[in-house]
Amino acid sequence: MKVLLQLYTAWFKMGLFTFGGGYAMLPMIQREVIEKYHWATEDEIMDYYAIGQCTPGIIAVNTATFVGYYQKGIAGGIAATLGVVSPSVIIIGLIASLISNFAELAVVQHALLGINVAVCVLMIEAIMNLWKKSIKNIAAFCIFAMALLLSVLTGISTVWLVILSGVLGILMSKAGWLKHE
Amino acid sequence: MSNLGLLIWEFLKTGLFAVGGGLATIPFLNEMGMQYGWFTMETLSTMIAVSESTPGPIGINMATYVGYSVAGPGGAVAATLSIVTPSIVVICVIANYFQKFKNAKIVKMIFAGLKPAVVGFIAAACLNLFVSTLMHLENGLGSGIGNLFNWKCIFLLAVLFAVKRKFSKLHPIVIIVAAAAAGIVFSF
Repeated sequence: MKVLLQLYTAWFKMGLFTFGGGYAMLPMIQREVIEKYHWATEDEIMDYYAIGQCTPGIIAVNTATFVGYYQKGIAGGIAATLGVVSPSVIIIGLIASLISNFAELAVVQHALLGINVAVCVLMIEAIMNLWKKSIKNIAAFCIFAMALLLSVLTGISTVWLVILSGVLGILMSKAGWLKHE
Repeated sequence: MSNLGLLIWEFLKTGLFAVGGGLATIPFLNEMGMQYGWFTMETLSTMIAVSESTPGPIGINMATYVGYSVAGPGGAVAATLSIVTPSIVVICVIANYFQKFKNAKIVKMIFAGLKPAVVGFIAAACLNLFVSTLMHLENGLGSGIGNLFNWKCIFLLAVLFAVKRKFSKLHPIVIIVAAAAAGIVFSF
């Protein structure tokens, strides 16, 4: 029961301070899931992101379910998921009933621009950490560069990029270019 | 079927078929608006704007907002629970198998390729946010370097970066709250 409650409150906190999509949540996940509770390693979070990207549903929810499931089975998956969505239900409920012009308010726009700068800084730091651990050779760099460029420059669905990188992973590992152990 | 019943049905479908994260649900929301006349395209774009500017994963915020606008607080809860239910089922099943197969050689090879790709996706998300936050591309490249960049934001970026490097133990929440306050105080 204690772990279920911890899963709920920790993911509630992460939901409350995430602005944007699932990837913007990474700095919070690094701090809470990896460093504080040791529920997963950085490598495992990357695996969950990759799987969450090509399975149905919201990536943040998929990641929460993964982490919760490995702690406490199905109940854990549900607790973490309810935690990450609860702040949205409360906040959007309040805004929808009280302030219909929320997004146009000057104070909201100012605060949001500041927050977006903070998210940039936090994500750059998170990426630098990941870089040291994940991009260790030329082959890994090539996959990284391909994923980055194709996502930014083309409208190709990330699902295809995930499948392509999986295939490249097999081919490059067989060729001895990538380390898979 | 009542609106609430339809809402649950539609969001279960969205949760099951929208692959690729929160933004992938937008076409489904679009269709709901058109099919049932629940909201206009204009209302939907307001809902998306609010979802982007409030805490929480954007896909969940949109589901909650659409649910609320169709059937009040009960609708908000129903839409949110419906969109996450397929995820919970699918991920629990996958998580179970992943545990068994993650040490298989072929799975390790696949994930050796996926890991650098995911770093690339995160970098792409960051780059998009970077450009939309720090630059005014709408001013056009000919508008001169002074108008092309949002200098207040670039200054804040440098300050936050220096602070984060110096005090690496600072919780991300502290940085986010401080940046929101700076944005309001200095009218970003």
